[in-house]
Amino acid sequence: MTTNTNSFRNQPDERGHFGEFGGRYVAETLMPLILDLEREYRAAKADPAFTAEFEDLLEHYVGRPSPLYFAPRLTEELNGAQVWFKRDELNHTGAHKINNCIGQILLAIRMGKTRIIAETGAGQHGVATATVCARFGLPCVVYMGATDVARQAPNVFRMKLLGAEVVPVTAGAATLKDAMNEALRDWVANVHDTFYIIGTAAGPHPYPELVRDFQSVIGKEARAQLLSRTGRLPDLLVAAIGGGSNAIGLFHPFLDDPSVKMLGVEAAGHGLDKEHAASLAGGRPGILHGNKTYLLQDDDGQIVEGHSISAGLDYPGIGPEHAWLKESGRVQYTSATDKEALDAFQLLCRTEGIIPALEPSHAIAAVKKVAPTMPKDAIILANLCGRGDKDIFSVAEHLGVRL
Amino acid sequence: MSRLQSAFTRGRPALVCFITGGDPTPDATPAILDALVEGGADVIELGMPFTDPMADGPAIQAANLRALGAGTKTADIFRIATDFRARHPQVPLVLMGYANPMITRGPQWFADECRKAGLDGVICVDIPPEEDAELGPFLRAAGVSLIRLATPTTDAARLPAVLDGSSGFLYYVSVAGITGMQQAGLGSIEAAVARLKAASDIPVAVGFGVRTPEQAGPIARVADGVVVGSALIDLIATHGADAAGPVRQLTLALAEAVHNARKGAA
Repeated sequence: MTTNTNSFRNQPDERGHFGEFGGRYVAETLMPLILDLEREYRAAKADPAFTAEFEDLLEHYVGRPSPLYFAPRLTEELNGAQVWFKRDELNHTGAHKINNCIGQILLAIRMGKTRIIAETGAGQHGVATATVCARFGLPCVVYMGATDVARQAPNVFRMKLLGAEVVPVTAGAATLKDAMNEALRDWVANVHDTFYIIGTAAGPHPYPELVRDFQSVIGKEARAQLLSRTGRLPDLLVAAIGGGSNAIGLFHPFLDDPSVKMLGVEAAGHGLDKEHAASLAGGRPGILHGNKTYLLQDDDGQIVEGHSISAGLDYPGIGPEHAWLKESGRVQYTSATDKEALDAFQLLCRTEGIIPALEPSHAIAAVKKVAPTMPKDAIILANLCGRGDKDIFSVAEHLGVRL
Repeated sequence: MSRLQSAFTRGRPALVCFITGGDPTPDATPAILDALVEGGADVIELGMPFTDPMADGPAIQAANLRALGAGTKTADIFRIATDFRARHPQVPLVLMGYANPMITRGPQWFADECRKAGLDGVICVDIPPEEDAELGPFLRAAGVSLIRLATPTTDAARLPAVLDGSSGFLYYVSVAGITGMQQAGLGSIEAAVARLKAASDIPVAVGFGVRTPEQAGPIARVADGVVVGSALIDLIATHGADAAGPVRQLTLALAEAVHNARKGAA
């Protein structure tokens, strides 16, 4: 096999950099552990037994492969390209997050770690982490911003039912960024026995790479499923982006298919000229949480809080591979506001009988805009990365309905 | 001989004191810095406030947020440093903080500002040797020391990389953890300092979890310097703009314990 030097799929480099992004910007205490993790991940990747156990759990515990679904009534309503969904909301625990957690807990066990920590925003990653910890009998501590604890009460209860300790974080705006700070503080104090299961394709190398690899099951399945159903590749992939793990999982297996265009959708909150969480659209490169990437920040490099109706997108940064894909021009990025996401949420409920999470509602909002501009034989494949059960209380509140 | 070198070659251990710039306000910081000098601090670390101080415990986190809440800008930190250098031509002053505020206008800009302000060194928590290119070459070219951190997890294989390109002093973080929380056992500190000193001629200052003269003295018997931060920050949290007096008192007591630690120890 020859190395394709023009490939978009051979990042990061040996130092964990995606072009100028990524890297390992951590305190010295964590550095030896990060290097250990990288060695162990290389060994696991080359170990057929590791892959076999990962795939077995995805099939029999998570319920993969997830269906690929053609959405007839939404397609008809939008009167343009065919809309297909990768149904990762049908996974065990209700989102794509579990794919990555299965992979990481197998790594943790392989490394002999006996305690798991995680950060969570919407609570989907926290629930997925608590789930795999229960499955493998490991103690689990989940850091969650106090604001998110309040707006995602059902997920907090789920984590507790699963045996996790949920620690509310009151620092800063008490959302995902602050939860991640606190998880890093825990990790640095407990490096000897603790594994940090990061929920998105961000953080210090090798996390962006290994999270992407574990989530790439989404794109690999979707590619095979669409080829077998239609005999062709999609014209456009669409996915929502907070840190960007569901998007990179869908996009990565298609990056070297030049005919496939890709669209990442950031959260524009109240609007890009107001409070939002669109770090590619409204930020610039900087260093936070172990990696160099686009960040929402002021002139002095102080981090600005993100805002989104979706707690899972409410983060002032983005995975470094997306920063690189934006600069390379391979992937286009756009954004959807809170209101557009709410409208799309209701549209999917009404046309397809699917209640999506608020995160993929941003992707659906972009589909709503772009599908009518495309020919009817074109195919859009969007990632339905989470179900909306967790969001019904906040949606009701935004729609002015008292439950 | 540089200011930092002379601070560690006075025939006695050095007291290194940390405060956060702009805490409680940028206007209050100069008097607190003067109190550290009057109390006998040999080296002063001036913290650059950051919204996300990931390596810090609750005391220094709160100090960062107080400073930013008071409107402290990077320009204030460099003005505080410049004015300090004018008042105290001989006292080494080191900037300590996180990568993003340091590189946000470009590393060349930052290194130039450090040199113009008369700063002696920079400690950046989240730029390990693996990412040195981000900042290290620019500081070294500007004649500003890059002070690296070594920790209990820095093994023999990594130590040469940590020492390569570092100067001024080596900051030994004595516990795997965040600032201000717990103290390491003296035996483990002594062994670690011996290991570091066997690998390098650079002075070793020990910090994290050192709060009182009683804790600082024994560490000073085995290290070239002792770093105290959170205990001083706690006084600023309590006394606000009137913290200079209490800060001077604690610094005096710490300096006495550190400077005299080896007297009569033979």
